[in-house]
Amino acid sequence: MIGSLPSRYRISIDPVRCMECGRCIENCSYGVFSRDGDRIQVNSRNCTACHRCIACCPRDAIGIEEHPCDYRSHPLWTREARESIYNQARTGKIILAGMGNALDYPVIFDRLVLDACQVTNPSLDPLREPIELVTHLGKRPARLDLLRREGGDVELKTRLTPNLRIETPVMIGHMSYGAISLNAQVAMARAAKETGTYMGTGEGGLHAALHPYQDRMIVQVASGRFGVNIDYLERGAAVEIKIGQGAKPGIGGHLPGEKVCAEISRTRMIPEGSDAISPAPHHDIYSIEDLAQLVRGLKEATEWKKPVFVKIAAVHNVAAIAAGIARSPADAVVIDGFRGGTGAAPTVFRDHVGIPIEAAVASVDKKLRDQGIRNEISVIASGGIRGSADVAKAIALGADAVYIGTAALAAMGCRVCGNCYRGLCPWGIATQRPDLVARLNPNEASEQVANLIRAWTLELAELLGAAGINSIESLRGNRDRLRGYMLDESLMEVLDVRGVGA
Amino acid sequence: MEGNFLPILFILDGSRSIGAFPDHPEVEGGGSTVMVMCGIIGVMDRSRRTMDGSGIRQALSMMNERGSGEGAGYAAYGIYPDYRDCYALHVFFDNVRENKPLLESTLAQWGTVEHDEAIPTYGQPNLRAVHTPWRYFFKPDASLAPPGSATPEDDIVSALVMQVNAARRGALIFSSGKDLGVFKAGGWPEDVADFYRIEDYEGYIWLAHNRYPTNTPGWWGGAHPFNLLGWSVVHNGEITSYGTNRRYIESLGYTCTMYTDTEVVAYLVDLLVRRHGLDVDIAVRALAPPFWEEIDRMPAAEREWNSALRLAYASAMMNGPFAIVAANRDMMVGFTDRTKLRPMIVGECGDRLYISSEEAAIRAMEPRVESIRMPAAGEPVIGRVVA
Repeated sequence: MIGSLPSRYRISIDPVRCMECGRCIENCSYGVFSRDGDRIQVNSRNCTACHRCIACCPRDAIGIEEHPCDYRSHPLWTREARESIYNQARTGKIILAGMGNALDYPVIFDRLVLDACQVTNPSLDPLREPIELVTHLGKRPARLDLLRREGGDVELKTRLTPNLRIETPVMIGHMSYGAISLNAQVAMARAAKETGTYMGTGEGGLHAALHPYQDRMIVQVASGRFGVNIDYLERGAAVEIKIGQGAKPGIGGHLPGEKVCAEISRTRMIPEGSDAISPAPHHDIYSIEDLAQLVRGLKEATEWKKPVFVKIAAVHNVAAIAAGIARSPADAVVIDGFRGGTGAAPTVFRDHVGIPIEAAVASVDKKLRDQGIRNEISVIASGGIRGSADVAKAIALGADAVYIGTAALAAMGCRVCGNCYRGLCPWGIATQRPDLVARLNPNEASEQVANLIRAWTLELAELLGAAGINSIESLRGNRDRLRGYMLDESLMEVLDVRGVGA
Repeated sequence: MEGNFLPILFILDGSRSIGAFPDHPEVEGGGSTVMVMCGIIGVMDRSRRTMDGSGIRQALSMMNERGSGEGAGYAAYGIYPDYRDCYALHVFFDNVRENKPLLESTLAQWGTVEHDEAIPTYGQPNLRAVHTPWRYFFKPDASLAPPGSATPEDDIVSALVMQVNAARRGALIFSSGKDLGVFKAGGWPEDVADFYRIEDYEGYIWLAHNRYPTNTPGWWGGAHPFNLLGWSVVHNGEITSYGTNRRYIESLGYTCTMYTDTEVVAYLVDLLVRRHGLDVDIAVRALAPPFWEEIDRMPAAEREWNSALRLAYASAMMNGPFAIVAANRDMMVGFTDRTKLRPMIVGECGDRLYISSEEAAIRAMEPRVESIRMPAAGEPVIGRVVA
């Protein structure tokens, strides 16, 4: 026998404050609250700390405490280690989890500090001087052939492949219809359009409700090929081949059948209620040359009018893989670090496979420079970008732009409870249950996401100005403007940064 | 070739067409925004009539307030007519006895030394000679260049400079062009000028720099001008994009060895003009490009090549406050950062073109200067020799 494990959370309702309005009962999709005569009954064991009840309680009457009863403390046999064992001893199955890596690895971003000007050069003031955050993503020629005509006019002889222009180096990453609700996708797509950036479709196809925003959508081609046809490719502003993702490198996407409702089945072109488990590899890509073929194939299909990105998970050999991708006609390589979120991933992958985005971007940028091809491809960093400082640091380490995922969801209310795979998201984000989806108002949510991007954009302009830089491309790969604080020497070498005071 | 069909005084940047010398010089970016001081001045005689170094010495000393007595230097074009076909390599030896044989064996691998000698120097009480300056007149063996090279001799000399300087074996090649030389040291401008007796040299282009170092004081290699092959550069400012620029240029075969940001400018100009074949005004535009807002307003064809230039050379773009004067044997170019956070004044008198941080310096050299103006932010001033 294993018996009951200690409850993870303890909910308390302050009887003095509670007015028994029942909003907590209505809002909790996990069944924590129920009415028992004239009082509210609590089943703490069902709680996920999604905070929906707290957000809706008009009287601030609800309290949530984490780990009210702990195990005997032990540095090795942590609570998580023991509970996984109990769980698997009971079921014999792989444990699933949502969101990003939950192990206590040091956060490299938090050990890097940014620079500012004092005296020897003036810091710039974005209120009074132009600071350019406009970013272009796509292939670049190594040099230009410019012809000077008589009379001085200059003619460009080099043909440039189409680039994506973003007004700020922050894009919204790929979260599929299926993993998240249509309302959530519509809200983010609208925000992307409003803020002059782009958003990924994920591997769930493009629902007709998103067609008005299609010129701001990057359509994804993943190993399951869900929703992919020529109409889909032609609608997107760019195409992204997903080889892997940071939350689960080496395996394909997981969409539990519970989430596959009629609309999703139509958009993905799969039977209703069936699990959508993407194959681990693309079955037409078993080598780098196969990938180059698919890139070319997608370019041909879209008449070489659209940039093609390739997304890979940050794994140990990420730099060499990125260099291989740079040699294909691909326009950008997306590196997804091991903190990248997901709707559902085996916990063992989420927590143990892959490397941090900071180190991955630094080594990719360096490898591409060593081979003299850095300028020919864009690098997009993703996986654990929490704020404008992370964006600035990722760019200084060598990225052109970033994708955000969890941050955009949080802007819509998500509390990062990590139960996305259960399809019961009380915020209407990671669910397909119509009553829950209806809770997310796309107008309101799109404004929140747009606000977040605007706020980061303002902060980035301030950070750049303080560093005496008036254009984002002068920050890219500018490791001189970073210092490592309490980072070990080997990591500083990988990041190519000096320590504080050096 | 560039010189013979260009009788025009200045080739000004077309899109910002500003008449040669407006009656009311723009005051934008004048002395009031100066934060760090370095004084720079360049003078060119368009008909290649030479000037001895006494004038520029006098001009530079007018800007001593912009320096700190820790570094100054001069570059002069046309000073070695007897060896005009040789690359004049100016070298600092830490220790002649130890370092010289090593350098000479490297030179012998790549070509022939026609003549070499110690650069004459004259002890100054306020200047501590930490290096021994030497010069080699060198002819590279073009057959050793990589196949397909468009400029085999230049490629050899450039690779040689990178190799010797990166090796740090007590020899630093700080000047490597034909019929030109850089003279620099740690000290006040007058002391450095007297140390080399620059009045003994006759050049038709002179660049000079008075240094207020914050980064690498005392290091002679860190004094300006910086030179690679035909191009020499003096710079006032701080390049905030240095980390990006250095990594870009180093990925293309250059090695930064001087511990200071200006070095990268010389290499960027070499890359864009010599190796990529851009006209100098376009190269300057790549280094200090128009804002996207301006590009978006341009007519289609112009917008197209300006966008392409920004995209292709995003990592070459220089940020931060700067005023730069660069020269090669046929031209002198002055330009500032896009918002002009460092001063740059242009003067003209007959065949002479002056570009400097301060009007006073120009007037010290040319009391009867005919016109003085301040170019707008990012607007390059390009003067070419006509003879």
